[in-house]
Amino acid sequence: MKEEGNLENRPSNTAFTQQRLPAWQPMLSAGVVIPGFLVIGLAFIGIGVGLLITSRSIQVLELDYTGTETNSPCNKCTTLPIQNNCVCKLNFTIDTLFKGPVFFYYSLTNYFQSQRKYGASLDYNQLSGDLTYFKSPASDCDPYRYANGKPIVPCGSLANSMFNDTFKLYQIVNGKENLVPFDGKGIAWWTDYNIKYRNPDYSPLENAFNDTEKPVFWSKPAYKLDTSDSSNNGFVNQDFLVWMRRAALPNFRKLYRRITEGDYKDGLPVGNYSLEISYNYPVKSFDGTKKATFSNVSWMGGQNEFLGIAYLAIGSMCVVMSVVMLIVYAKFRFPEDD
Amino acid sequence: MLRWIRQQLGVDPPHQSDTRTVYVANRFPQNGHYIPQRFADNRIISSKYTVWNFVPKNLFEQFRRIANFYFLIIFLVQLMIDTPTSPITSGLPLFFVITVTAIKQGYEDWLRHKADNEVNGAPVFVVRSGSLVQTKSKNIRVGDIVRVAKDETFPVDLVLLSSDRADGTCHITTASLDGETNLKTHFSVPETSVCQSVSQLEALQAVVECQQPDADLYRFVGRITVIQHGEEIVRPLGPENLLLRGARLKNTKEIFGVAVYTGMESKMALNYKCKSQKRSAVEKSMNTFLIIYLVILLFEAILSTILKYAWQAEEKWNEPFYNQKTEQERNSSPILKFISDFLAFLVLYNFIIPISLYVTVEMQKFLGSFFIGWDLDLYHEESDQKAQVNTSDLNEELGQVEYVFTDKTGTLTENEMHFRECSIKGTKYREVNGKLLPEGMTDDSPDGSVAHLIGDEVLFLKAVSLCHTVQISYDQPDLPLGASDPFSHVNGFSSNHMEYYASSPDEKALVEATKRIGVAFTGSSGDTMEIKTFGKFEKYKLLHLLEFDANRRRMSVILQTPSGGTVLFTKGAESAILPFATSGEIEKTRLHVDEFALKGLRTLVVACRHFSPEEYMDVDKRLTAARTALQQREEKLQEAFDFIERDLQLLGATAVEDKLQDKVQETIEALRLAGIKVWVLTGDKHETAVSVSLSCGHFHRTMNILELLQQRSDNECAEQLRRLARRIKEDHVIQHGLVVDGASLSLALREHEKLFMEVCKNCSAVLCCRMAPLQKAKVVRLLKTSPEKPITLAIGDGANDVSMIQEAHVGIGIMGKEGRQAVRNSDYAIARFKFLAKLLLVHGHFYYIRIATLVQYFFYKNVCFITPQFLYQFFCLFSQQTLYDSVYLTLYNICFTSLPILVYSLFEQLVHPHALQSKPCLYRDISKNSLLSFRTFLYWTVLGFCHAFIFFFGSYILMGEDTTLMGNGQMFGNWTFGTLVFTVMVITVTLKLALETHFWTWMNHFVTWGSIAFYFIFSLFYGGIIWPFLHTQDMYFVFVQLLSSGSAWFAIIIIVITCLSPDVFKKVLYRHLQPTSTQNSQQSLSAPPAQALSCMESLCCYQQGQSGCSRLASLLDQMTGHCKAGASNCHASSRCNRIRPRAAWQMVDPDGALGVGKRSA
Repeated sequence: MKEEGNLENRPSNTAFTQQRLPAWQPMLSAGVVIPGFLVIGLAFIGIGVGLLITSRSIQVLELDYTGTETNSPCNKCTTLPIQNNCVCKLNFTIDTLFKGPVFFYYSLTNYFQSQRKYGASLDYNQLSGDLTYFKSPASDCDPYRYANGKPIVPCGSLANSMFNDTFKLYQIVNGKENLVPFDGKGIAWWTDYNIKYRNPDYSPLENAFNDTEKPVFWSKPAYKLDTSDSSNNGFVNQDFLVWMRRAALPNFRKLYRRITEGDYKDGLPVGNYSLEISYNYPVKSFDGTKKATFSNVSWMGGQNEFLGIAYLAIGSMCVVMSVVMLIVYAKFRFPEDD
Repeated sequence: MLRWIRQQLGVDPPHQSDTRTVYVANRFPQNGHYIPQRFADNRIISSKYTVWNFVPKNLFEQFRRIANFYFLIIFLVQLMIDTPTSPITSGLPLFFVITVTAIKQGYEDWLRHKADNEVNGAPVFVVRSGSLVQTKSKNIRVGDIVRVAKDETFPVDLVLLSSDRADGTCHITTASLDGETNLKTHFSVPETSVCQSVSQLEALQAVVECQQPDADLYRFVGRITVIQHGEEIVRPLGPENLLLRGARLKNTKEIFGVAVYTGMESKMALNYKCKSQKRSAVEKSMNTFLIIYLVILLFEAILSTILKYAWQAEEKWNEPFYNQKTEQERNSSPILKFISDFLAFLVLYNFIIPISLYVTVEMQKFLGSFFIGWDLDLYHEESDQKAQVNTSDLNEELGQVEYVFTDKTGTLTENEMHFRECSIKGTKYREVNGKLLPEGMTDDSPDGSVAHLIGDEVLFLKAVSLCHTVQISYDQPDLPLGASDPFSHVNGFSSNHMEYYASSPDEKALVEATKRIGVAFTGSSGDTMEIKTFGKFEKYKLLHLLEFDANRRRMSVILQTPSGGTVLFTKGAESAILPFATSGEIEKTRLHVDEFALKGLRTLVVACRHFSPEEYMDVDKRLTAARTALQQREEKLQEAFDFIERDLQLLGATAVEDKLQDKVQETIEALRLAGIKVWVLTGDKHETAVSVSLSCGHFHRTMNILELLQQRSDNECAEQLRRLARRIKEDHVIQHGLVVDGASLSLALREHEKLFMEVCKNCSAVLCCRMAPLQKAKVVRLLKTSPEKPITLAIGDGANDVSMIQEAHVGIGIMGKEGRQAVRNSDYAIARFKFLAKLLLVHGHFYYIRIATLVQYFFYKNVCFITPQFLYQFFCLFSQQTLYDSVYLTLYNICFTSLPILVYSLFEQLVHPHALQSKPCLYRDISKNSLLSFRTFLYWTVLGFCHAFIFFFGSYILMGEDTTLMGNGQMFGNWTFGTLVFTVMVITVTLKLALETHFWTWMNHFVTWGSIAFYFIFSLFYGGIIWPFLHTQDMYFVFVQLLSSGSAWFAIIIIVITCLSPDVFKKVLYRHLQPTSTQNSQQSLSAPPAQALSCMESLCCYQQGQSGCSRLASLLDQMTGHCKAGASNCHASSRCNRIRPRAAWQMVDPDGALGVGKRSA
């Protein structure tokens, strides 16, 4: 052996350089996998049953009010000539207590909020209250950027096409209509309402909108969306925020109101109800439907059978696979045992 | 002027005429008719770039790569059209890739520059303006007079002008050029040889005219015109006057020569083939896969475009009231819109071709190649040399080799011959410590009682020490005076200063051996040979030398003994001598020779014949007549030789060992077991080559050796080939070995390539001898381009191997005695042949598995990535809406999924290295690029599509029931949907790799779990801030909202498990039903507890004294503060952990657990 000093080029003898790092070398052999699969399978079946029970306990009531059928009360609003402020009433009965809090949604089908041009057609700077963009909205907003030579605020197709049907729910008690109070707060994401969307720092708000035009389809300008509550007006109007969060898929549901107050805090009691719809939003042109939905929620959200079924299916699949592996294993043993 | 410019640009070849005129010392004639010529300078350039052209040339080179060009196009398209994704999404990765590649290539070129500078900056002495000037090698110009001292290599091709000897000769060795180690004598013309000093050279007026440079080492035609006293004397010049660059001056104090070919025009440089970019088989299949993916991409883009227009045919989908078109959109031409839509889809789906694949592959190759240099098993302690990686592009090719072409001298052998045994008068002797010991005697008398050598033995030794053509070189620097006279120092007899040089290494070994035993050849001068027999000097007069030739296979000397007698000593192959022997122990000697040969020793038989004065008169007359004959001299000489070399008295036989390198036989055997065919290509003689082949196990004694030798005509060659092919067909049982020589080979290759290939393929070993350097390359190319397109590897140590090294898929240089040419031009360099086994079987295997999985995994993860994007188009009216946010699109390949695969591809070990080395057959598991076969490619691609469908439709069904997923009844939007798919994807894709990983070091743990954690942390951070410079705030709080939903968590878990469980199932079934031999050896080798660490251990435990690992680990400790507690009770926990898996086995299978227990015991 020569002395160390002479061997300048000698590579260092470390685990790293010699590729001898201590390592865990797991092997996917039947001995480990079979019990693993069995445990996972059984756990999943358990979870699946739990999820299914939770999901089944949720009540959902869906009312189609598109009015395509002639016997529908809203049919009159779809036939020409289209009247403004067409109002129709849907009557329905609740047989068992609809446990509260009850959430009231509207649904649209065949409606592609997911289109790229449509979704990009807005100006975030406007919506965060930057007044310079009130004067010259982003080019993305075309064709709803200027109207009558004035900039549109809020500009763009997305804002322009905001859903504008309104609903009122009455419980019919002894022939008298009792208004069920709707809560319009907390239907949009907290962050949208408090941080992302901002009204311009102007008082009164109306003045910020000088020399601007309201969106073409809107009946009233943004600063009049909720005149009764200044914290729900303008860009931070919760209905507006809900609309601005685009749905991923063409059939979607959006939260309209919650029923959390007064006599109906614990739910909708048994009885006859009447839903008064102010029918404005046209869906006939694209074969869409409109629905009103009552639902209560659990910790996992609304009624969703998919998760429970999926867990049951995958769980049983795992069990089956472990049985198959066991058979294979019993028949062929380990190759190393030979 | 114009011509000059064109020459500079390389449009015109600079040399118009067939000859070049070189004015010695650049003294141009005064009388005007001189046309200046431009010659290359003496710079050797192997580098590709200079500082100035690096950026443009490198960019050009990089964009010539189809993938980079593709990304450039995508980037430009994104800049031009209204795209769904911002140009940054493809621009940033492209920039990253180009930069990293440029840095890597720049670094490699810098290394080449360094090597070039070393050569070009070597000091040389040049005669300029009347004095000897030291300058750098690169400054030598054509026409310069260069002085070269003993043992220096020639820096340039020189025509010898003079040497320090009176006759103007010098000795050189061309070992580094053609591998021949013998001394060659080169001459100068008499008119210049007198100019032995600088001042005389100054007065010399001479012109050399010679052919333009060509690559043939053995061809040189020219003439020199010397002007003496106003008179022009013209002398012809041939190869014997030319000193080639790279050869080494021996035995001569100094020489002067005039430079004729410089730099890249020198014969050595011309023998290099220009460095072509070698591409590995993996890269080629990668490109095939890329094309398939390109087709998938185009298909998806076209399909989407067509569907978009099919959908839009209906008015209500073309322009629903809520999404009106702008005027501009309505008015633009439909064709333009169609193209723009198509391009937009192309941009949207372009991620299916993974840009980061290239950068990861580059990084993997670059970083991974360090392991070769670091490997202690590839480190040669005696010479302090470690393995060297010159190009990291071919790492995985080491795992794919099917043919090994190896040089012989210096590669298989140490290039050292050793005398081992001899047979004298029917008695066998061994050489032990410089003494001859008869068989059966042991060396129990250390010094005193020297077994006195009797007459026969002395005669034998004298014969051996006199019958040769060895020359002596004296170590001049060590000798103060009169060193040039060989006899002057004999009195001192300092054997250390004497070095023998011989054309045959056997002769050298024999003469050295006799010197050790006591009969030393001390020199020859003129026709006198002097030996020193046990301290007594004897002078012999050399009367005749009967040279060796391949037909006679023997050589002889006729000497006048000091006592006045005349004797002939002859030495040669036993078949050439024994038939002519009339006395001596013929039968016993024959027996001994056979015994020696069986031991793999090289044998020679020695005999003598005493002439009476009358006999000698006759012999002398015959020889002189034959030598001076003008016609049929060859035949007449043969006749004379045959007449003389008969009636021989047999003296004995010698056995010399050409010392093989350590473990050559084992290495060749291992390679053969690994399914690699080994060809030996050598410049050596046929006999030598065959005997080495036999002794290194390349040829077996049981092999049927076929010969294709000394074919002179096409027909003859074809006939022989057909005969061989027939012989192969007739006896299948025996293994065949083929011996071919260079001349026959070139005939065979010219016309009968197919026939020759047919014969070669049926031979398990092929030996090509007498090969010229370019012929070696030709053989390699022939195999390389044969229909099967096998992967070839060439290994050699000399400059004569360079062209072969460059031609083969993988070129390996041996860092031997013959200079660094081979090393410089090789892809990898190792110190010894035996290292080849580990390099191929272990490193090659690892690299191949790593890179193959890397490539497949990359395609898989990008299919997973982009297919949901494609599917989403069905739900957004084909409006090119992206499913994921732009930042996710950009970072998916760069951050979220890049590190685990990189770490995997650096550290993965499917099987323990010892198993790979001890079972060479495992190499066959990966041969023929099996891990990148179309089947595996299909598996990964289909798997990718399946996973993508599960991600997408799992999320779709979850959200598509349009129920809320949050406890507060609020709804998710499109970005949440995309983020859910993306989250599931990142987790699944990372875990899929975890399933593939067999070797979990703490780094694998760190990056695997770290990547998932990083994704979560990054997403929280990215979604937690309103980014002032971003155009949209789509992702604000999306991720938090997603995670706040219990359903989403359940969905993530179920989707991930759904994706991975069938894969696990499949793996288990395959392992048990059809285990590969690799898997079998995994099973048997990873079981011992010493190697199989538990998961937690590999994270937290590291052995003491493993500095690299522990340093990194302690760093990690400090960063996380997490392992501190774990480290102290590491031993305890590891013990428990080791027991636990056994317990688990016991539950299921007591036999299996027993098996483990037995093994570990």
